[in-house]
Amino acid sequence: MEMSTIAPILSETKADPFVLSYETLEKSVDASSPPWVRALRHSGNAHFEEVGFPDTSHEEWRFTNVGPISRLNAHAPRAEDLIAATPESISPYLFKSLASTTLVFVNGVLDLALSCLTGLTKGVEVVDLPTAIRQELPWVAAHLGRYARVDENAFVALNGSMIENGVAIRIPANVKVEAPVFILFLSTSQADGATVHSRILIVAGHHSEARVVESHAGLADSAYFSNSVAELVLEEGAKLEHCRLQFERTTAFHVATVQAHQARSSNLTTHSISLGARLARINVTPVLDAEGCECTMNGLYVAEGDQLVDHHTTIHHAKPNCNSHEFYHGILDGKAQGVFNGKIFVRPDAQRTDAKQTNRNLLLSDEATINTKPQLEIFADDVKCTHGATVGQLQDEAIFYLRARGIGLEAARRMLVHAFASSILNRITIDEVRTYLDDQMFDLFERPPA
Amino acid sequence: MLEIKNLHAEAAGKKILKGLNLTLRKGEVHAIMGPNGSGKSTLAQVLAGRDAYEITAGSITYLGQDLLDLEPEERAREGVFLAFQYPVEIPGVNSTYFLKAALNELRKHRGLPELDAIDFLQLVKEKMKILELPQSLLNRPVNEGFSGGEKKRNEIFQMAVLEPRLAVLDETDSGLDIDALRIVAEGVNKLKGPENAQLVITHYQRLLDYIVPDFVHVLYDGKIIRTGDKSLALDLEERGYDWLLEAYEKNGRRAESVPA
Ligand SMILES: Nc1ncnc2c1ncn2[C@@H]1O[C@H](COP(=O)(O)OP(=O)(O)OP(=O)(O)O)[C@@H](O)[C@H]1O
Ligand SMILES: [Mg+2]
Repeated sequence: MEMSTIAPILSETKADPFVLSYETLEKSVDASSPPWVRALRHSGNAHFEEVGFPDTSHEEWRFTNVGPISRLNAHAPRAEDLIAATPESISPYLFKSLASTTLVFVNGVLDLALSCLTGLTKGVEVVDLPTAIRQELPWVAAHLGRYARVDENAFVALNGSMIENGVAIRIPANVKVEAPVFILFLSTSQADGATVHSRILIVAGHHSEARVVESHAGLADSAYFSNSVAELVLEEGAKLEHCRLQFERTTAFHVATVQAHQARSSNLTTHSISLGARLARINVTPVLDAEGCECTMNGLYVAEGDQLVDHHTTIHHAKPNCNSHEFYHGILDGKAQGVFNGKIFVRPDAQRTDAKQTNRNLLLSDEATINTKPQLEIFADDVKCTHGATVGQLQDEAIFYLRARGIGLEAARRMLVHAFASSILNRITIDEVRTYLDDQMFDLFERPPA
Repeated sequence: MLEIKNLHAEAAGKKILKGLNLTLRKGEVHAIMGPNGSGKSTLAQVLAGRDAYEITAGSITYLGQDLLDLEPEERAREGVFLAFQYPVEIPGVNSTYFLKAALNELRKHRGLPELDAIDFLQLVKEKMKILELPQSLLNRPVNEGFSGGEKKRNEIFQMAVLEPRLAVLDETDSGLDIDALRIVAEGVNKLKGPENAQLVITHYQRLLDYIVPDFVHVLYDGKIIRTGDKSLALDLEERGYDWLLEAYEKNGRRAESVPA
């Protein structure tokens, strides 16, 4: 029939909706934006138009097919599609006893009514991105887009092309922030293809200390898309704990890049906890760009059903005398697919590097799969580098030990799976978050079926 | 209370137990000795229900039930306890949480109400005192990073909390220093009672100075080749196993006709 001959022509001539979104943004706000923001958008779009979405022939995307994202009818969330975000509807994603600064972004936009900006340590700046751009804050201009480069991959490029929403945080030098800063990005559109490109910039001044929690969640079971980029800048001696929680709906797509830059003697801890989304791809890329840096990367991914969860971590040891430790655990059930790729680059300069990486995976069903691969590229000679990956089931000896004390087979299994998750969660120093996640793990693995 | 008849067990195609007979009555303490690799731990694991061992013949009756019919957890709930020769480290599972879960499973099975956190801690404190264990061990994951001796003491501590009817101790004495040996033995003796039985596997007469057995058995080649009273352990301590094993071989590897 006629349609079949027309359809291909139509789809060929139709502009990519991601590019269309950019063009819409360009028409509406770009002209009034400062040149450094426009430059970021333009180069992001130019790069995206040049490379397009990667397919599985691309080495970095071998196991993760982003075709379903590329085929989305991408659009900025539309008012008529949204579910209202209320204190009740967001409460499952907040930590009960967390009294500190909380910023809630609903479909990319800061919702002041749901946020709480009190309790901020003196001197700390937390600014939503539209304000930071309007006010042309020099420290934002100096750092935004400098580390997460648009030529990194198509998704960072897209995020750059659409830069508008998100948050910038600056911890002044020598300030220790006790209470964690909590940021929630919530998607609420019921329309497939609703897309938000969120952005975080954290600049930790020299010898400052802070903890930031970044959560991503959704209220509607639609094929929405959350594409986020975080840039973490640690100045000399700064200490930052960055905790990233991904609780998207299992109908959603989630792609993220965490790009960190460490100056001398700084200390970074990142946690990536990924529980939701139909497809999640998270890149964590710290650059240890001066001597004496410490970097710890923790990760836990839990997936079931048809979920796919992919972590790509890349640690750049650029200078001598730095340590990095990486611990990732995965728990995969159903037909879930996991991907872990851990790169360690040790540049010729980076003598006396000590880098450790472990990735352990539990496959709870015969159909769950994991592709795990360490990738070490070492160009210095005085280096300690270890890595280990395991894939397996629960240890029979441990199950038997628990059963021999009277604990049933199923309960024993659940206890051990929970323990496997806890050994990563226990590395989070923010008590509220750890307890919250541990409760989630309990519900997921240990609570007996009703 | 426990009757093992003509038990044959194998693992990975290797025949390990080859017609073992053993009977324990209530209130009795039996010791099992025997050279390395003779099948002592296999017997202990089979009693606890380890499925790595296949039972090819024979029967085990425990308090009138077919023990081999029960899952490991059902045996534990019926009062069977194995103190492991090599207790497993279980990272991420808190000791208190684990033991409370275990105790409450046992109580549920016996129709008793579950203990709440406060009552449980009270109980645990008492038992820890008996074993002279530092309370900090309870805040750590099960056996993780415990010293060899701490692991063994922790097994007996668990036994003290769970109060089994049939306790099987697999070389609980090895790895213990002299003081710990006495403490552990006293702990075990406290749990002795007219309704209970204990099966103590050991290589050393020393332990039997503290835990005095009613019977001593020698396990070799997958069967009991000799049974005596506590003086048999003293004999073995003095003379080793050779004389017994030689007699056994001479007898055409038939256990029954080994002269006393
Ligand atoms: N799961 C198994 N698979 C294969 N062989 C096994 C297994 N368990 C035990 N064996 C073998 O069976 C024999 C008896 O082992 P067992 O552990 O019962 O000896 P034991 O008497 O406890 O020795 P020890 O005094 O050294 O503790 C040994 O030769 C051992 O290697
Ligand atoms: Mg043994």
